[in-house]
Amino acid sequence: MPNATASTSQPLPIVAALKDATVAALIALGLFFFLIGLNTDQGPSGALEVFPRFRLLAIVVAVVFAGALARALIFGRAPIGVGGTLTPWLSQAGDRIGPYVGPALLGFALVVPVLFFHNRYVLDLGILVLTYVMLGWGLNIVVGLAGLLDLGYVAFYAVGAYSYALLATHFEWSFWICLPLAGILAAFWGVLLGFPVLRLRGDYLAIVTLAFGEIIRLVLLNWQSFTGGPNGISSIPRPSFFGLPFNDEPGGFAATFGLEFTATHRVVFLFYLILALALLTNWVTIRMRALPVGRAWEAMREDEIACRSLGINTTNTKLTAFAVGAMFGGFAGSFFATRQGFISPESFVFGESALILAIVVLGGMGSQIGVATAALVMLGGFELFREFEQYRMLLFGAAMVTIMIWRPRGLVASRTPVLYLNGRKGAAAPAAQRKS
Amino acid sequence: MEYFLQQLINGLTLGSIYGLIAIGYTMVYGIIGMINFAHGDVFMVGGFIALIAFLALVAIGVSAIPLALFLVLLIAMGLTALYGWTVERFAYRPLRHSFRLAPLISAIGMSIVLQNYVQIVQGARVKPLPPLVEGGHTLIASEDFAVQLSNVQIIVVTTTLLLLAIFSWLVARTRLGRDMRACEQDLKMASLVGINIDRTISLTFVIGASLAAVAGIMYLLYYGVVDFHIGFVAGVKAFTAAVLGGIGSLPGAVLGGLLIGLIETFWSAYFSIEYKDVAAFSVLIIVLIFLPSGILGRPEVEKV
Repeated sequence: MPNATASTSQPLPIVAALKDATVAALIALGLFFFLIGLNTDQGPSGALEVFPRFRLLAIVVAVVFAGALARALIFGRAPIGVGGTLTPWLSQAGDRIGPYVGPALLGFALVVPVLFFHNRYVLDLGILVLTYVMLGWGLNIVVGLAGLLDLGYVAFYAVGAYSYALLATHFEWSFWICLPLAGILAAFWGVLLGFPVLRLRGDYLAIVTLAFGEIIRLVLLNWQSFTGGPNGISSIPRPSFFGLPFNDEPGGFAATFGLEFTATHRVVFLFYLILALALLTNWVTIRMRALPVGRAWEAMREDEIACRSLGINTTNTKLTAFAVGAMFGGFAGSFFATRQGFISPESFVFGESALILAIVVLGGMGSQIGVATAALVMLGGFELFREFEQYRMLLFGAAMVTIMIWRPRGLVASRTPVLYLNGRKGAAAPAAQRKS
Repeated sequence: MEYFLQQLINGLTLGSIYGLIAIGYTMVYGIIGMINFAHGDVFMVGGFIALIAFLALVAIGVSAIPLALFLVLLIAMGLTALYGWTVERFAYRPLRHSFRLAPLISAIGMSIVLQNYVQIVQGARVKPLPPLVEGGHTLIASEDFAVQLSNVQIIVVTTTLLLLAIFSWLVARTRLGRDMRACEQDLKMASLVGINIDRTISLTFVIGASLAAVAGIMYLLYYGVVDFHIGFVAGVKAFTAAVLGGIGSLPGAVLGGLLIGLIETFWSAYFSIEYKDVAAFSVLIIVLIFLPSGILGRPEVEKV
């Protein structure tokens, strides 16, 4: 660490470190005195009263002091933000095992229903993880490839889910007809959202997509006669095995194939269904990345003005990115509706968008395997630390900030443009001019 | 007519709160060109600090309301400013030369952190406070409807206008304001002529956060409740206000805030209260399509 020598060149590093740590502790005291040191709760009279929690406050401040002291002694007074390097052996090891991770994960996913056939919990968790893998891959097209920060992705998920639920409950169409329709409708909404935001820069775009996501949710919540309002839509038809229902009647799946009926058949089918849908997303993304439009997405992510100067039609490029991303969101939404059998606006809040975005960001924007790994790690982590549920969003937020500072192209993997001029890799990520 | 007048008063009060938050967005956007997504949550933190500080003051025996309010104002402004400073120092400053989306994603992360932090340390329940400032004036009293102007509404609107005047003076006449305007025009050039840009940016965040704290206090006085979730919607609406008024312009932010407050109030009064947020969010989208530089803003030219 070059920073360590910087502090030793000063006369008494320990004094400077203590000073830094004291300042940090004082700031922490200011930040936390009211919010942590005093708890508000209903007193005996029913009115709000304060209850001191000074011991907790002291612990927190002491932790901050110790942390700042350790940081100052180890790293010196260098600014925070390490700059995106792992230790060499770790990144070398990552390069070496990298190509095997994808096939290994896929192989594992394929055998999960066989290995855990009698473990319903694992199967359900697997379906959940795969749903988020698919959503992550869908959002990755918009955010990771095209560089358009979409904070309302859950809106397309909602459009897909409600499209399927409404079509299936009103017209009794089968899942296999509704699925493409839901995708098309979601893509249509993607284009509809795309039009107003065509001229906007990254930050504005983010806020508008957020507003759009909220509008969709509020309409779903309030348009009672059409969407059922807060009660949602229940008894959505379950999927059938290409026409064979999963029941114990003579025409059912089990009877047709001469198997003993169990409810697990449907769960296994759902597992493979979402796996297939996710792989479809992945396959389309990989193929599109090699097409002119995919190249244009990545070029637009790197520099939109340069893109336009070279004659790339940024309008079409943005709209296709929104449409394709939204379509996969819609597919995932219909799958969600058919799996749950019940949907309500509760499932489509901003937190979901933030979660999917966090998966994409932590996995590495643009990296397929990174997103899949991030989804697995995050949702697996949720299940492992179930009792710390209220801390998990806090951890997410902190992780998003840390990743941006430490490895802005993603923790698991990073994806840089496919093509380089003369193999100059270093020129790929210039310090972007924020505002000239 | 009376009903209209009453809604006008209510809308202006609500709009003042949005305007105070919008100033924070507009100043930060003006200087470093990023949307401080966590600003709405800084507002929420300000409201919470005000609530707790008030309860603590009552507990140690400061019961004269004007004195308590004044102390709460000082405490909340100071400590929320500290939050603004910390957020900038840890989440944004290391990213100043990173790629385009990095500060925004970091800001979203920070917003999630602040929201959940407050939820964990203070609980998820709504925190009510009995009305501190009571009374008001009846402006027009006809048989079926009386137009009321409460003292809280007077306080909210006057405070906003007063703070707007103070900060316009600060930006127009002081050394700090000159530094800020220089940074707004060209960050690199400003540093070349000897302006400490780190300090200037930090101070911008500090000022924005302390104004958000005032908005938090006003919200607490006006509605009498805070919870950990108020920052999200208020933040988006205040951002809409900043965009509507013209991002980068202080009077524009307040004007935009007042307009958004009026739109929201009239929409709730005459159309449907369920869709009031939809109305405010739609305004954002419509403004960005047809009037991207806002009412008082200058068109932004993207240089390469």
